[in-house]
Amino acid sequence: MIAGMMISNATRFFRGALATLCCSLLVACGGPTEADRAVEEGILLIGNGSEPKGLDPQLVTGVPESQLLRALMEGLVAPDPNDDLAPAPGMAETWESNADYTVWTFNLRDAKWTNGDPVTAGDFVYSWQRILSPALGAEYAEMLYVIRGAEDFHAGRTTDFSQVGVRAIDDRTLEVTLEGPTPHFLGMLMHTSFLPVNPRAVEEHGGMTDRQSGWSTLENYVSNGPFKLKTWVTNQVIEVERNPDYWDAATVQLNGIRFFPIDNVGTEEAMFRDGRLHLTHTVSPDKIPSFRAEMPDKLRIEPYLGSYFYRINTTRPPFNDVRVRRALALAIDKQLLVDRVTQGGQAPATGFTPSGIAGYPASTAVQYNPDEARRLLAEAGYPDGRGFPSAEILINTSESHRKIAQALQAMWKDKLGIDVGIYNQEWKVYLDSQSQLNYDISRAGWIGDYVHPTSFLDIFTSGNGNNDTGWSNAAYDALIRRARVAQAEDERMQILSQAEAILLDEMPIIPIYWYTRVYLKDPRVQGWEPKLLDNHPYKYVSLRAG
Amino acid sequence: MLKIIALRLLQGVLVLLAIYAATFFLVAMTPGSPFSSERAIRPEILAQIEAFYGYDKPALERFWVALVNMLQGEFGPSAVYANRSVTAIIAEALPVSLHLGGMALLIALALGIPAGIVAAVRRNTWLDYVPMSAAMVGICLPSFVMGPLLALVFGITLRWLPVAGWFGPNYWILPAATLGLVYAAYFARLTRGGMLEMLNQDWVRTARAKGVPERRIIFRHCLKGGLIPAITFLGPALAGIISGSFVVETIFQVPGLGQWFVRGALNRDDFLILGLTLLFAALIVVMNLLVDIAQVALNPRLKHG
Amino acid sequence: MADLASKLPLTPAPLVPEQLEQGSSLWSDAWARLRKNKLALGSLFVFILICLFCVVGPWLSPYDSQTQNLFSGAAPPSAQHWFGTDTLGRDLMVRVMEGGRISLLVGLVATSVSLLIGVIYGATAGYVGGKVDAAMMRFVDLLYALPFTIFVILLMVAFGRSLWLMFIAIGCVEWLTMARIVRAGVIDLKKQEFVEAAISLGLSNRRIILRHLIPNVLGPVIVIATLTVPAVMLLEAFLSFLGLGVQPPDASWGVLINEGQQNMEIFAWLLIFPAFFFALTLFCLNFLGDGLRDALDPKSAGD
Repeated sequence: MIAGMMISNATRFFRGALATLCCSLLVACGGPTEADRAVEEGILLIGNGSEPKGLDPQLVTGVPESQLLRALMEGLVAPDPNDDLAPAPGMAETWESNADYTVWTFNLRDAKWTNGDPVTAGDFVYSWQRILSPALGAEYAEMLYVIRGAEDFHAGRTTDFSQVGVRAIDDRTLEVTLEGPTPHFLGMLMHTSFLPVNPRAVEEHGGMTDRQSGWSTLENYVSNGPFKLKTWVTNQVIEVERNPDYWDAATVQLNGIRFFPIDNVGTEEAMFRDGRLHLTHTVSPDKIPSFRAEMPDKLRIEPYLGSYFYRINTTRPPFNDVRVRRALALAIDKQLLVDRVTQGGQAPATGFTPSGIAGYPASTAVQYNPDEARRLLAEAGYPDGRGFPSAEILINTSESHRKIAQALQAMWKDKLGIDVGIYNQEWKVYLDSQSQLNYDISRAGWIGDYVHPTSFLDIFTSGNGNNDTGWSNAAYDALIRRARVAQAEDERMQILSQAEAILLDEMPIIPIYWYTRVYLKDPRVQGWEPKLLDNHPYKYVSLRAG
Repeated sequence: MLKIIALRLLQGVLVLLAIYAATFFLVAMTPGSPFSSERAIRPEILAQIEAFYGYDKPALERFWVALVNMLQGEFGPSAVYANRSVTAIIAEALPVSLHLGGMALLIALALGIPAGIVAAVRRNTWLDYVPMSAAMVGICLPSFVMGPLLALVFGITLRWLPVAGWFGPNYWILPAATLGLVYAAYFARLTRGGMLEMLNQDWVRTARAKGVPERRIIFRHCLKGGLIPAITFLGPALAGIISGSFVVETIFQVPGLGQWFVRGALNRDDFLILGLTLLFAALIVVMNLLVDIAQVALNPRLKHG
Repeated sequence: MADLASKLPLTPAPLVPEQLEQGSSLWSDAWARLRKNKLALGSLFVFILICLFCVVGPWLSPYDSQTQNLFSGAAPPSAQHWFGTDTLGRDLMVRVMEGGRISLLVGLVATSVSLLIGVIYGATAGYVGGKVDAAMMRFVDLLYALPFTIFVILLMVAFGRSLWLMFIAIGCVEWLTMARIVRAGVIDLKKQEFVEAAISLGLSNRRIILRHLIPNVLGPVIVIATLTVPAVMLLEAFLSFLGLGVQPPDASWGVLINEGQQNMEIFAWLLIFPAFFFALTLFCLNFLGDGLRDALDPKSAGD
């Protein structure tokens, strides 16, 4: 009795503390915040994850870098503020392709670099030669393999760039010849790896293939986008300001953007609540329910073209048995996982390619079915998990991966009776283990580079460097090859569907959920619409007071 | 004295060499490489990148090359951050770390030493219990709890101070306080212990019996000896504050060395790890030397070889 | 930061000859003094209670620390779960108990490692004396200049997380002060008559060190060991903050506190309970260490 009373007092105490804190969140006391002042000045404040590793479009690989580059640089086409598929014009005013989408011609507009040079078709040829040059060692060069001859040049099989299918017909006309019919080429062009650089700036500071070329530092940066680099204080802030010479400067509404590199999610949230940010990079999953209750107008949950999955090392027993792999996949209650653990409105992944790609219905092959899972496991020789060898889930160090792994660990124990350990490694070590196939089960994530299933399905072809499961299937490879040359888009989508069915039948991977972007947004930020690739073009963004 | 200093400096150089070797081979043994990428890279391209940073050579050769470069003051490029040399990173981050560390040390001394003296003099009264209990809290609560708590109270709830960033004086207070409070606690305890030891000496009793004013006893006679433990601790404290501020730097977004070090270690940014480890070691060597000198100056009895 | 307590210049208790000659009365005197020190005694009592709570508690609890209840999620303290549940719906009380087992284990084992290295090293240096001693102690001085936190981080990144590696890594960091103190004690003792007698009787060095010297420097060693345990626990908590701590599903107090601080405004109990036990344990060990020092070294007469 007494114990019970004490406990209810304790509960009341916690609730009281919670209520007090929430009140203090809602009641903004004191004068205007940084965010208020920034709204007056037309400056957007963004939490941008971490310190960018560089701003050279041909060398960067990360999300924080690409967010910055979207403000600074503009490719042939630019992302549309609303539409995920149809691009907006960029450096190219108009474009056309031949009937089977293998030859594309871009008509460039009259645009300028910040050093006064005109943006020419030759700049694109130079930039693409640069990223494909083996000596530069660009990690994303493979994005350009869609261009005829690009792979041979990158692999060093030819050294003559004129063999590659990109040609400046004149200063304003660029012709690109592709390996196969690619109607979604325009979507690919929005990726950072296709962005141009200013040849004069690059040549002045070390030349085409210098990885440490100084052209992309604060002092020397030359850009062609809606904003230009203003300040860059390491680990503190990068500020960009409106570029008056931008061809569409009239559309640009912001005077500038400040990007804050904040690794620590708790710090970022504190800054948002303290009125120092308009947009956060992310939020802590545990806090989503309380944000949903306390600040529904600020919490944003939007679909994001990414797949969270577990790789299975198919070269190691017992995981070389497809029944074991299927048993593991079917025993996961993904709905429960996304409702209670990730909590960010993610969709339980019933296939690998996320839903939301027009013309490609997502697979529904992988459903929660514990009975079938138990049956398969028994059939594989481990009834009720008896005799199942010890195995471990490899994760890279992170609180959220750790939580998901713990939930799955418990589900497998509960539904299948098997004990699986969890093992975390630091990022680089984890990448190494994964590519050496030095793991049993490994957590993974894949974000689409462009809105098309090939951006997902290509990676599981035999020998693809991102496969990392030891899985190889001739029928799958053949279908992916066929899809590359298919003439009609619906035919291509159908072939890809068949390939995905094979992948999900063989299950070298366990799809877990499809990503959402979850972040906090100041309601005064306008023109910031959900985008599947999280590529919001800043030039349409504005800040409305009040 | 000069001879001792020269000898110590020579030893310091040897220590740094040993640390360089240990760090180098520890890093070289770690799986993964700075160039491991989430995207697969073609092996021939990876070879190009490795050649660019000199990784195509055997470890022993890299060991010598890097050593010779370092002796010439060239710490090499960051293998992860484009266009940044380790020297430039240090030049940017060291002043911030020294600034944060200096303020934290000031806070620690300003709070810790008076509290310790008062506690010793007013032993077993509330003037002893309250500061000493507070000191224990400071020692027992990890800074990654203290930091967010201070940010929650003084930043988000009271709106007195900014919760993160390093843009001006009001941004300095919370991180410096978080870092300083822990050390204030240590200094308070040490000063109290040192003062008590002095106050318990026979001659103090004699002096009191003779009617020497208490203030004179405390400040003239006991303070110098009573502060020795605290001063001995200055060296480790300084080193700890400067090299051990990872947590505070992460929580308050301070662009100092700690953040770079953790990031370097997690990114496998070899040159950065080497450079920063050596820098920290050099700082500690110098601090210890200074503390030794201060000790000898305060306590002539210690002038041995 | 976390490894500082061990670097505190704990002046080794200069052992007074009279007491050493009559070993047993040294201990009974010390115990008498300790008994008068309410704070230290209370700390010892509370510390024993915490140990019992952590060691015995999980067997008495109806819950185990791994069973998740994703439907309930994080729930505040209630009649069923006295400390509430964590975000995966696991009973926090059992997790705090088992976390305590791990934290205390890390503290004790790492301290034992440091004890072993420090005592052997220090005793040897002090006993052999001369140039060997000088060289050995220079080496300790040199190691003091190492940025150890950094090495522990590098070690953990390089070799992955294992509890044993953590013990060894932390133990290797913490033995220096121990070695210094043991050496000082041994040098003091060496001048005593009974050691000289033993030497003149022709006892082997090993025997003299083991039978006479080590037992007689035990006092200061106990003190420093008591103070090393909390230092080690802090270092472990610090590693947990960096994600380099204990592996799931096990969790040390450091891991629990770190999880708790990330959500402290909404799930305050997740921080309060582990932090309370952690801080209380550190409190007790520190006060106990102080008390022991005062008891074993009456000259410094603390409280």
